[in-house]
Amino acid sequence: MSVDLSQFIPTFLEESFEGLEIMESGLLNLEAGDSEMINAIFRAAHSIKGGAGTFGFGHVTEFTHLVETLLDEMRDGRREINSQEKEVLLASVDCIRLMIEAIQNESEYDDTSIIMVSAQLSELLANGNEPADGNSVISDVNGSSESDDPISSNKTKWNILFIPEHHLVQTGNDPLLLFSALEDFGELTATAVLDNLPSIIEMDVEELYMHWQLTLISDNATEEDIREVFEWVEDECELTISKEELEQPKHEKSGSAEANEQSDDTVPSPEQLLPNDNVQLAQTNSAAGVTNADSQASNVTTISPNTDDNNSPKAPKTPTKSKAKTDQGSIRVGVDKVDSLINLVGELVITQSMLSELGNDFDLSKVEKLTAGLEQLLQNTKELQESVMRIRMLPISFAFNRFPRLIHDLSMKTGKDIELIINGENTELDKTVMEQIGDPLVHLVRNAVDHGIEPVEKRLASGKSEKGTIWLNAYHQGGSIVIEIRDDGGGINRDAVFNKAVEKGLVEPNVTLTDSQVFELIFEPGFSTAKELSDISGRGVGMDVVKRNIQSLGGRIQIESTPGEGSTFKVHLPLTLAILDGQLVRVGEEVFVVPLITIVESLQAKPELINKVSGDMVLYRLREDNVPVIPIFQLFNLPAESQAVDNSLLVVVEADGQKVGLMVDDLLAQQQVVIKSLKDNYQDVAGVSGATILGDGSVAMILDVPGIIQMALEIAQHKQRQRSNVYQLEGALN
Amino acid sequence: MAKVLVVDDSNSIRDMVSFTLKGAGYQTVEAVNGQEGLSKAQAGGFDLVISDVNMPIMDGITLCQELRKLPSFKFTPILMLTTESSTDMKMKGKAAGATGWLVKPFNPDKLLSTIKRVIR
Repeated sequence: MSVDLSQFIPTFLEESFEGLEIMESGLLNLEAGDSEMINAIFRAAHSIKGGAGTFGFGHVTEFTHLVETLLDEMRDGRREINSQEKEVLLASVDCIRLMIEAIQNESEYDDTSIIMVSAQLSELLANGNEPADGNSVISDVNGSSESDDPISSNKTKWNILFIPEHHLVQTGNDPLLLFSALEDFGELTATAVLDNLPSIIEMDVEELYMHWQLTLISDNATEEDIREVFEWVEDECELTISKEELEQPKHEKSGSAEANEQSDDTVPSPEQLLPNDNVQLAQTNSAAGVTNADSQASNVTTISPNTDDNNSPKAPKTPTKSKAKTDQGSIRVGVDKVDSLINLVGELVITQSMLSELGNDFDLSKVEKLTAGLEQLLQNTKELQESVMRIRMLPISFAFNRFPRLIHDLSMKTGKDIELIINGENTELDKTVMEQIGDPLVHLVRNAVDHGIEPVEKRLASGKSEKGTIWLNAYHQGGSIVIEIRDDGGGINRDAVFNKAVEKGLVEPNVTLTDSQVFELIFEPGFSTAKELSDISGRGVGMDVVKRNIQSLGGRIQIESTPGEGSTFKVHLPLTLAILDGQLVRVGEEVFVVPLITIVESLQAKPELINKVSGDMVLYRLREDNVPVIPIFQLFNLPAESQAVDNSLLVVVEADGQKVGLMVDDLLAQQQVVIKSLKDNYQDVAGVSGATILGDGSVAMILDVPGIIQMALEIAQHKQRQRSNVYQLEGALN
Repeated sequence: MAKVLVVDDSNSIRDMVSFTLKGAGYQTVEAVNGQEGLSKAQAGGFDLVISDVNMPIMDGITLCQELRKLPSFKFTPILMLTTESSTDMKMKGKAAGATGWLVKPFNPDKLLSTIKRVIR
């Protein structure tokens, strides 16, 4: 039998992670006496243990067993739930997660923490009201019964007397099937004893009135093997098992005296009866008593030892589904989403058939119908697209789930009492965006705890409640999602930030900046206002990374802060990374897509506003700003219609607070484009973030605006360097 | 073709049991907890029930008790899937009317050889 267990491992891993989340959030919210909660935590641990054992991860089973035992004691009320135990259990969750992650990534893990935590668990268990349960030692993963002396050439004859209680069949047990399980060990003869049958009037069809005398001739069965077959019914029957060596024809009477007496008296040799009263196993229904009682022609029934192979389950087919590696990832999709998809496809099929019918005998009089049909097709396609996109959307609770634990841990570490309030956890977000926003959010929350919420004394001094609060809000706004991280701490000290920036040389001391411009300085690389280092949010390293990560997702971050009242970090993110609103532009023969979100405005350059500065850099006066002009044709080395800036078309775009004018030949339509990765299909290209296929089938590149700005600056610097080198050379020659 | 009701809140275990049974030529109906199992059981025609013990909403022991109240499940074998090898849980199962049990961890071979004891 070759069922490939590895195909179930991804599901196991997925549900283990879910289970760990249940455990974690359960432990965080656990209060004494909440039996429903402790049950849920127990169940999660229990499932992980069971799955791990089944799929061959003994180390996980072993560890989880300790956790489960502890939880079991709490569940039964044998153990108080105190904070020490909670902490150890939370640490255990981390350990299990570590092990499961190692399985997922097929990597090694550092087992120091696991050894430590399991020692703590064992200690807790040893000190508990009850010692660890010796009975529940993890059984062999293989599950096969091991026989005590597997190789024994001598055939042994076993005499088994099996007297079931009358109600045996009412638990679904069928004696005949137990016998057929015995046949796996060797040659079996079963003799039914019908002495105790009541009269037909007294007989209850749901009861079993007979018992059996069995002989098993086997060369490897042990008494334990036989007992295991009767394991399920041992409390509902009288079972006597005796052994006799085959070499000795006279059997010792080691069995029950009653049994031998009965079989001697009433049972003729089984062979005599075989031809007539052979009851095929397959023909008997589960109410064995009824069937056999009916065959009253003889008061003895013998069961043929040969099981009919056709009646046993067919040999399993080799699995046709072979799933590859585990890192594919999967999405759990609500049935409603799938239903709506099916519904839309149905509509699409109707539209298609309508159109193809129209095409069968088309003439000009039907143009109106055709237009209507195409309109409908457009509508269907749009809805279908939206519907498919929705499948990738997950509630943001997936990203928010880790925060209760994080706040708990940080509270312990900092000694600040902090409450976390989460709103809008059902707001949906694209899975890819969700995966990438997790770390930046953690950083922002850590910052809120570390720099935002003040120490308790300070809070009390300023008339605030002892307990600090952090809010995590998520909501949709326009075509994007906004995630807010708000704290009721001291707010950002504007002057401290400004002075620090001056100190670091990030800004000139005499400039006047607006509040939001000052707050922006926090995102500068290497900025920090924390007086002391802490291991929570570090040294300001990371805020620049946070901003970069958010920008790489096509989003932006905004800060609002009121001194004494707290700060709010607002992260705006696109709902999906798969589709982009773009402005199509033409340069020479090529069409490019400029992400609409980056465009400030488009204009025709007026010659009087153009300034040529040193070298080739051209600046365009846009109200108060001087905007560098980047000719796209130069950047990508293309033939263009107009090479002069005068009267050319400029698309002014902004990234990282820097505005530039992209010089193009023509502005075309605005449309949604589906992003195809260049990296996957070709290779990374500087200045291009991806490609798309246009309506006419041609390929258009999507411009990477921050990348282009970077490139243009580098080229300008390079030219300047070259020029200064030339000057130096000339100077040397002179 | 024998029809088996597989009840387990763990997707991986349920998938594995169901897949193994289908491979062996059985027909399976799946449920994620006792309550769903009970409601799916109403359809009748089941030859075997394999159920987990620890499940949310309705556990396996209760499911077993409820099933035994249905006329069509009076004699149907019910196997409890459990990691608790303690006699206590087995006895609870038996008292609720379970036919037998299958101790986790088990592998597909063990599963098939075990159910051969209660279904043909």
